[in-house]
Amino acid sequence: MAGENTKKKGPAFTKKEFIKQKVLVIWAAVFVVYGFIFYYLPLVGWVMAFQNYKNKTGFFHSKWVGLTKFKFLFSDATFLRVIRNTFCMGALNLVFTTLMAVVFAILLNEIRNSKIKKPIQTISYLPHFLSWIIVTGILNDALSSTGIVNELLKNSGLVKDTVPFFSIPWLFWPIVTFAHLWKETGWNAIIYLSAITSIDPSLYEAAAIDGAGRWDKIKHITLPGIKSTFIVLLIMNMGNLLNAGFEVQYLLGNGLVKSVSDTIDIYVLTWGISQNDYSLGTAAGIFKSVVSIVIILLANGAAKRAGEERLF
Amino acid sequence: MEENNMNVENNVSADSGKVKIPAKHKNPKAADLAFHICNGIFMFLFCIVTLYPVVNTLAISFNDGVDAMRGGVHIIPRLFTTENYEIVFALKNIGRGALISVLRTVIGTLLALAANALLAFIVSQKKFIFRSQLSLFWVITMYVNGGMIPVMILYKNLHLTNSFWVYVIPGMVSGFNMLVMRTYMEGLPEALQEAAQIDGAGYMKIFLNVISPLCKPIYATVALFVAVGQWNSWFDTMLYNRMADQYTTLQYELMKMLSAVTSLKGNASAATSGQTVNITPISVRAAATIITMAPIVALYPFLQRYFVTGMTIGGVKE
Repeated sequence: MAGENTKKKGPAFTKKEFIKQKVLVIWAAVFVVYGFIFYYLPLVGWVMAFQNYKNKTGFFHSKWVGLTKFKFLFSDATFLRVIRNTFCMGALNLVFTTLMAVVFAILLNEIRNSKIKKPIQTISYLPHFLSWIIVTGILNDALSSTGIVNELLKNSGLVKDTVPFFSIPWLFWPIVTFAHLWKETGWNAIIYLSAITSIDPSLYEAAAIDGAGRWDKIKHITLPGIKSTFIVLLIMNMGNLLNAGFEVQYLLGNGLVKSVSDTIDIYVLTWGISQNDYSLGTAAGIFKSVVSIVIILLANGAAKRAGEERLF
Repeated sequence: MEENNMNVENNVSADSGKVKIPAKHKNPKAADLAFHICNGIFMFLFCIVTLYPVVNTLAISFNDGVDAMRGGVHIIPRLFTTENYEIVFALKNIGRGALISVLRTVIGTLLALAANALLAFIVSQKKFIFRSQLSLFWVITMYVNGGMIPVMILYKNLHLTNSFWVYVIPGMVSGFNMLVMRTYMEGLPEALQEAAQIDGAGYMKIFLNVISPLCKPIYATVALFVAVGQWNSWFDTMLYNRMADQYTTLQYELMKMLSAVTSLKGNASAATSGQTVNITPISVRAAATIITMAPIVALYPFLQRYFVTGMTIGGVKE
């Protein structure tokens, strides 16, 4: 009976089916209630951005102020700067971690001896499982005045005096990018490696017979073979572009580099939690959510138009 | 890196040998060897850069504090001592933080596993009448979120702040973990469930006795992801339990330690009152860092295959 429909639309909604699936329906309802509370209810909180929200008065009795908070945001030089910081650091991270992951996966794949390949892989994704607290902690040590980096720089004669890495503003973005590369290269490469291994080996054999060298094979077989994985991941990560700016910046940032290290999330934290201006913090959060969704839709649309693999 | 790429290019002609592309290299085998040597050097450096900071922290943690200040401790301790660890373990907030961290990891993982598995099972049922709606409901949560402030106000109103439960209840179900499990369940042969249904088994029985035993690999994977996330998380402590000392976690205590160099000295000397000790903030911090990463590093070699499985399944599109 229901079999006909299962393929396209799912079974028809009948009383009989409903009773038969009673257990499923009840549990589904539980999950919907849970999801509604923890994922959808906070969206109701968005009304705060249009109010002068005070803890005492709550949602219902706070004064409505329309778009005042948003107007303040976009006239605030600090907010415009944190947008720039978030966007630039997110983009740097995305570009470099993706490139490095692809290069690492291809190079690792060229190692045929699994006794060498396995340990390298194991080492490469270990940092992914360390918390940002630990990663920034050891990065701090490595870049400190007595750290290994300064030691190497001085011993090799490249610099005379100790480089105070964390007080030079223009170095902050590269340091953040490096931190991401250190933590995630091996991990991000996993998915590309598995895409490479799923490429039909006969393609390589055929290419070899035609006289293709290592570079030809990479260019004409490996890279096209991982293209769809690349695009799906790129779209997914685009949506996270503005999310990528919090933990590292919070942990590594300091007064001297504030102008380049503060991100939207830190701005929200500062205004919302420390200054107790919930309305302004919410407005900044809304801006971030909306831009993220627009970016992901645009990226998806672009992929669709180009006839590429896409997310949805 | 650059050397490597150059070499790859040189190899184009080297490997291709006979047919179309004229060979620039007289000896293709030598070029091949050169590539492998460069690749080897690159991989070696990569591993060094990855491992050195961790090994260095380990060495400092076992080195006499004052001695380490002189610099030059690299991969083996110069003046071996376990003093730093003794001091860290003597700190009250570290022991309590570790306990909370373990509790949130165990309870949080079990709850998340049960909830995500059950939800994934429901959504994987092809005949379920609300299947597509329920699926969409959870997929949306992956992309839309209310943001920091509204979420915090919600938790406050639910009395989740200043409580242990804020660690395990809010993140229990996640759209992503549900999708990963669903993808796996949908790959199982349908005949198994049909056979059980003919035998009169209900949905719950099928979930527990037929589907779940087959899902062990993916359950392990998701459990590990959740466990690592729970162990490493610190931001929720800072946001919701900053005022509740009894619920702070190890990571949070470590962060406090790393960011407050001065207060540490007070704590440490209080913990070892009366003793004259050669400790410094750097060496104690190193010890605390090692303690915090130890569980993950210790379990990691045994569990890594599950991580990889999850990553590969998770990569498939919705």
